[in-house]
Amino acid sequence: MTQRQERGRGSGTPAARADRGPTRSIDVDDLPALARGCAVMGAGGGGDPLVGVLMAREAIQRHGPVRLVDLGDLPDDGLVMPCGLVGAPTIAIEKLENGGEGGCLAAEAEALTGRPVVAIMPFEIGGSNGLIPLTWAARLGLPYVDADGMGRAFPTMPQMTMNLAGVSSSPCLMADERLNTLVIRTGGVEWTERLLRSSTAAFGGAAVAALYLMDVATARRATVPGSVSRALELGTAMARVEIDPIDTVVEELAAVELIRGKVIDVERETSGGFVRGSAIVEDATGEGRLLRLEIQNENLAALEDGEVRACVPDIITVLDARTGEAIVTERLRYGQRVGVIAFPCPEVWRSPAGLAVAGPAAFGLRFPYTPLAAGGTRAS
Amino acid sequence: MRADLRLGIDVGGTNTDAVVLDRDDVLLAKAKAPTTPDVTTGIAGSIEAVLDQLGADRDRVTHAMLGTTHATNALLARTGLRRVAVLRIGGPATHAVPPLATFPPDLRAAVSVGAMVVDGGIEFDGTEVAPFDADATARFFSTVADRADAVAITSVFSAVSDRHELAAEAIAHAVLGDVHVSLSHEVGSIGLVERENATVLNAALVGLAETVAQSFAAALERHGLRPACYFAQNDGTLMELEYALRYPVLTIRCGPANSMRGAAHISGVRDALVVDVGGTSTEVGVLINGFPGESGDSVGIGGVRTNFRMPGLVTLPLGGGTVVGDGGANGAIGPRSVGYRLIESALVFGGTTPTLTDAAVAGGRVEVGHRRPAGRHRAVLAAALARSDAMLAEAIDQAKMVRGEQPLIVVGGGGFLVPDTVPGVSEIHRPPDYEVANAIGAAIGQVSGQVERIARFRFGGRTAAIQEACDSARLQAIRAGADPERTEIVDVEEFPLAYLTDPAVRIRAKAAGPLRFI
Repeated sequence: MTQRQERGRGSGTPAARADRGPTRSIDVDDLPALARGCAVMGAGGGGDPLVGVLMAREAIQRHGPVRLVDLGDLPDDGLVMPCGLVGAPTIAIEKLENGGEGGCLAAEAEALTGRPVVAIMPFEIGGSNGLIPLTWAARLGLPYVDADGMGRAFPTMPQMTMNLAGVSSSPCLMADERLNTLVIRTGGVEWTERLLRSSTAAFGGAAVAALYLMDVATARRATVPGSVSRALELGTAMARVEIDPIDTVVEELAAVELIRGKVIDVERETSGGFVRGSAIVEDATGEGRLLRLEIQNENLAALEDGEVRACVPDIITVLDARTGEAIVTERLRYGQRVGVIAFPCPEVWRSPAGLAVAGPAAFGLRFPYTPLAAGGTRAS
Repeated sequence: MRADLRLGIDVGGTNTDAVVLDRDDVLLAKAKAPTTPDVTTGIAGSIEAVLDQLGADRDRVTHAMLGTTHATNALLARTGLRRVAVLRIGGPATHAVPPLATFPPDLRAAVSVGAMVVDGGIEFDGTEVAPFDADATARFFSTVADRADAVAITSVFSAVSDRHELAAEAIAHAVLGDVHVSLSHEVGSIGLVERENATVLNAALVGLAETVAQSFAAALERHGLRPACYFAQNDGTLMELEYALRYPVLTIRCGPANSMRGAAHISGVRDALVVDVGGTSTEVGVLINGFPGESGDSVGIGGVRTNFRMPGLVTLPLGGGTVVGDGGANGAIGPRSVGYRLIESALVFGGTTPTLTDAAVAGGRVEVGHRRPAGRHRAVLAAALARSDAMLAEAIDQAKMVRGEQPLIVVGGGGFLVPDTVPGVSEIHRPPDYEVANAIGAAIGQVSGQVERIARFRFGGRTAAIQEACDSARLQAIRAGADPERTEIVDVEEFPLAYLTDPAVRIRAKAAGPLRFI
């Protein structure tokens, strides 16, 4: 199956694409919708997109709207720079960026490859990383690619579609707000991940990175297409308040509503560098149904009566029952009224190679992957 | 004679309410006075009225609690605000979002005399983002010296170390003299933009807080009372006067928390929807185990994002003073309100402006005033009441956090506007003294203390940090006037810092206890 066919139903309809026309651009007014969409696609991870909205707004106000382009509209041999924030989102909302980090990454990429960067691509659409590179695109006057390397949020660098497609993660470029830059050359993505992680700590817990540098022709087969417009359309639909917000998300994403109710327990521990834990949601209708969420930065699995109802790499997101906004795992709290939805991941993650890096076993879960059933249904 | 009475006052948009409770929370007296433009007169009026009712027992009043909307009003009207020099210590980080970027332009113009980002700030592990640039800080303060009457200082990760904020404060005093300085580590929690916003608003509100405190003390003094004074804050607890003068921003939106806590107290219902109908606006929230359900979002104040945790509310521009038929449309209501001029403007009080109070009288829901609205107004008033019912029903439904029918507690002076049947409501409670629920909520408030820490997991850092945070919060509550015997940790929250190699956690501890009686 080709990547084109893998596009999620929410954004991929021919009508939606025709509506957008050839010259789409992202302006200040689009940012709240994009943020809402990115948060839902973040599977509870990737950080709160708000700070990304503020940075992008500042940059777009100064430098003008950013062109959103399909990879098909770019020259085959143009250099695409997948990039984003690495480290702790909680640190990124406190120690905000300088703004010039993306320029450092691009300059370094151009110096190393001897070619100009033709477009900026978010390596991760879920959470704040769907927005942060937009700031850099605005400041550099470059277009933003309507694609990403995950179709959701994941915690590590090997968990990118470029890795599955055989694109090298090396050289990996890093920068911080002091505009210190670092080039990591490795023989494999595991070492890239290892060195990037410890460098992030040295940079103060959060930094920015670009890796899997590739030409446009490669990017067309190595990325998840349509991610940005999917997030934008989802966020726009959520703003229509006349319908129940959770129903809206379920419809837009062809998702399954796993449960609607109250968070009655949240357990967390930080181990091995990642936040692990679980949350239990009790059904609101009083039928006594309980849904247990397994969490490791993102929502990994949803279990009911010992059965797996959804699990990675499919996307599980907790939504605020009143607003429909996604709740990141760090903000899950007792008493919250929520709906839990799940929707299918990009098809490439369901391949043996995809499951090897992003399936349940890759997260230490002791059950096999159960593909999420076709969506669009409610729990009740 | 036992000296053990508490006077609770709530300044609303329309009325200023006052109650006196004894140590067992039994209501001994209640009164309402119109809120006046100068506010002082309204507070004094309500104090006088409630003390008149109390009679000879007035000397037993030992504590006075004030919940006021001054700060919110001042921010909305952009008046009475100090001019603030805004310093952020965080360069070369943080430039991507300049200070005040999220302020509405007119509020920024009203509040700021200049903003500057200087190098410095703290990393989450306690090291420096960059050395603090003292020279640039001094130069910045010099350039605004003739205009600034307050300073707001925010450093990156000041919750980890306040040293750069304290260094900048010293420079502010050296350059600007005896000027108020708000420091972010004392105002808000992690999240630079929101904490900086709250710190700037706090600095802008300091002068106003002094005026309010003085007028409150003076009004009490006139009756020979010198009680310990407390201000209600946005989480439904109380803070000492001295603390409130330094942190007026924490008083913002204390009203809803007060009325919801009061509603739980007087109705005895601990899980319900609460609708508080005032003279100008209505707020609907949810009570969970006697405490207001919190908003999941960052709360905006005067159009500015902050990271305070406040009750989640649905607000309507609808109250007893809401003007009917504005703009000529039949049944059109609001958003204009006659507010505290209700008793001169409304038809039932002999005035010429049709209001929702007139509509409620015409609809037989309440008996107030001294005349019935004339027949020619009837159709318009009936249409307005129907529109009001529909708006209330929608807001109540929106406020729900779960499906299914739930009880509803009606409070506030305009509570008579709420019809006896509301869709999705199982039963309606109209508890006694519902019209002064706000003031009761202020009077029964507990005194709290809250601290935030960041701890790394290595070497048992987490356990020690939680203990330290709890001890500090408890001590803060006791210092603020809570009874040491009954002060408890009411909330410990841990927010892990995700995606970090060296695990760390943000800890927030809150302690609260009832007032100590001597």
